[in-house]
Amino acid sequence: MRALSWHGKHDIRCESVPDPQIEHPRDAVIRVTSCAICGSDLHLYDNFIPGMTPGDVMGHECMGEVVEVGPESRHALKVGDRVVIPFTISCGACPQCLRGNFSVCERSNRNASLAQKAFGRTTAGLFGYTQLTGGYQGGQAEYIRVPFADKTHVKVPSNLSDEKLLFLSDILPTGWQAAVQLGIEETDTVAVWGCGPVGQFAIRSAVLLGAKQVIAIDRVPERLEMAAAGGAIPINFEVESVMERIDALTDGKGPEKCIDAVGLEAHVSGHIDSMYDRAKQAVMAESDRIHALREIIYLIRPAGTISMPGVYGGLADKVPLGALMNKGITVRTGQTHTQRWTDDLLRRIEEGQIDPTFVITHVADLADGPALYETFRDKKDGCVKVVLKP
Amino acid sequence: MRYEPQGSPRRGHPDRETDRLARGLGLFSLALGLAEIAAPRAVARSVGLSGREGYVRACGAREVATGIALLAADDPMPWMWGRVVGDAVDLGLLASALDEGPQRRERAGLAMGAVAAVTLLDFAVAKTLSAEDRRPARPLKDYRRRRGFPRPPEAMRGEAREMAGVY
Ligand SMILES: NC(=O)c1ccc[n+]([C@@H]2O[C@H](COP(=O)([O-])OP(=O)(O)OC[C@H]3O[C@@H](n4cnc5c(N)ncnc54)[C@H](O)[C@@H]3O)[C@@H](O)[C@H]2O)c1
Ligand SMILES: [Zn+2]
Ligand SMILES: [Zn+2]
Repeated sequence: MRALSWHGKHDIRCESVPDPQIEHPRDAVIRVTSCAICGSDLHLYDNFIPGMTPGDVMGHECMGEVVEVGPESRHALKVGDRVVIPFTISCGACPQCLRGNFSVCERSNRNASLAQKAFGRTTAGLFGYTQLTGGYQGGQAEYIRVPFADKTHVKVPSNLSDEKLLFLSDILPTGWQAAVQLGIEETDTVAVWGCGPVGQFAIRSAVLLGAKQVIAIDRVPERLEMAAAGGAIPINFEVESVMERIDALTDGKGPEKCIDAVGLEAHVSGHIDSMYDRAKQAVMAESDRIHALREIIYLIRPAGTISMPGVYGGLADKVPLGALMNKGITVRTGQTHTQRWTDDLLRRIEEGQIDPTFVITHVADLADGPALYETFRDKKDGCVKVVLKP
Repeated sequence: MRYEPQGSPRRGHPDRETDRLARGLGLFSLALGLAEIAAPRAVARSVGLSGREGYVRACGAREVATGIALLAADDPMPWMWGRVVGDAVDLGLLASALDEGPQRRERAGLAMGAVAAVTLLDFAVAKTLSAEDRRPARPLKDYRRRRGFPRPPEAMRGEAREMAGVY
């Protein structure tokens, strides 16, 4: 089959790879009809996260049609079902899954020992996202093998387009969880750093959840305009002072709730010591990335809450812990517990409350994927979200 | 502040370095101008222009004006060209001292070297600023209608309030 595979820094190729097969009785194989490139994929494209092997298939946002089901998943899936695949692989039965903490499933990461070395404990397996989270092949391909398939899928109706449903796999629930976990009250100002796809959905979620005002911070003008279209007050941090604007909008008190949808690209390997070194390195190389988090800790109102969907990989230097502690800030983080939100969000899409297609700026054949990685990373051609058709 | 030109990979983003350089040259103008106004005699003597204190004071006034403008203006570009013109005037004035005896020639020559070096910097900064854009990055595409909601955001506010904080 054709797939986008990783061959090193800035080297993604559309090439022929072996077809995936059922390897375990709970697996299913899906024929991918649409897939997308995520900000998280850029961390791999830029080679900030090791643990990719040349030839690994990229991608964790995909949907399609079930073509094969292992015997232990047949109670939940049948050939021909139309499904969106959550990027978090979840067993559905471990203590974490039972609590709805799907992104920290205790069973789905087949390389749990690697994750334990890095994080102390393991988190869930993820598609197309390095050996650390299981080394599962990704969905930017014609077919994908889905482990724990009876629990790792969202059945979707046939009357809605792929474009409306695809983002249930990641960025819609991610923006949603980022806002829900803030506990937004009617009087709250929510400030969102980063107007990439995740930030865009976080903004719309904060509006739906009833925030008094939503502020969006980025430096890419068309992304800021898209944020404003969704109800946010845009601040271009390269043109104006974020602090002055935020002070003016919050009577000098700061937003009660902040979302970091920027993230930090840090290196994680199997060993704690190399993780530390590499993370430090990454922080130096990307010092303006943690800058967003520092700015949040500084500007947020005391007793406020920070939500961090932005991906961080390892360790960071110079985190203003004094401000964080003395101001009584709550921090909520996490890879998204995708399956926790998908039923509710699917209903909202069906009812028309939210139409996720607004974020799509590029639709192309899988073969154009390698070039579009670059377009997306460099924000060329007004690129916000790329959808690929295998 | 000016913004990087269309061809630059940072198109539309502010060029803080050149801007800072221009403001620094403004500060330099101001300091030099004040010295020329406060101590025209000493300045004139050190650059071989004794007896032309009037000119020195006039140059001082020009420097102070340019300096203030460079520090205060939104867009330093025209004032940087002002500095380049001023440099040329200074060079002409100093050149006139070259054939007025060996001591004056030496002092004027040294001063001309220094002014020439500053002129090169002024010219480079003025040219860079001219190549840049006066307006920040404009949107590459028009996404102002991509709201993602069936109705304007104001009408959608709180539609999912029952979910706030269910986490
Ligand atoms: N938690 C999860 O489950 C999850 C899921 C998907 C993506 N993510 C992460 O979310 C982050 C954003 O993803 P995306 O797809 O939107 O990526 P993206 O790269 O398109 O968006 C990042 C945005 O942040 C902006 N930015 C950079 N520095 C900034 C600063 N100092 N202040 C404000 N804005 C700044 C960039 O201009 C860009 O628009 C990434 O780190 C990604 O890995 C997390
Ligand atoms: Zn993603
Ligand atoms: Zn589990």
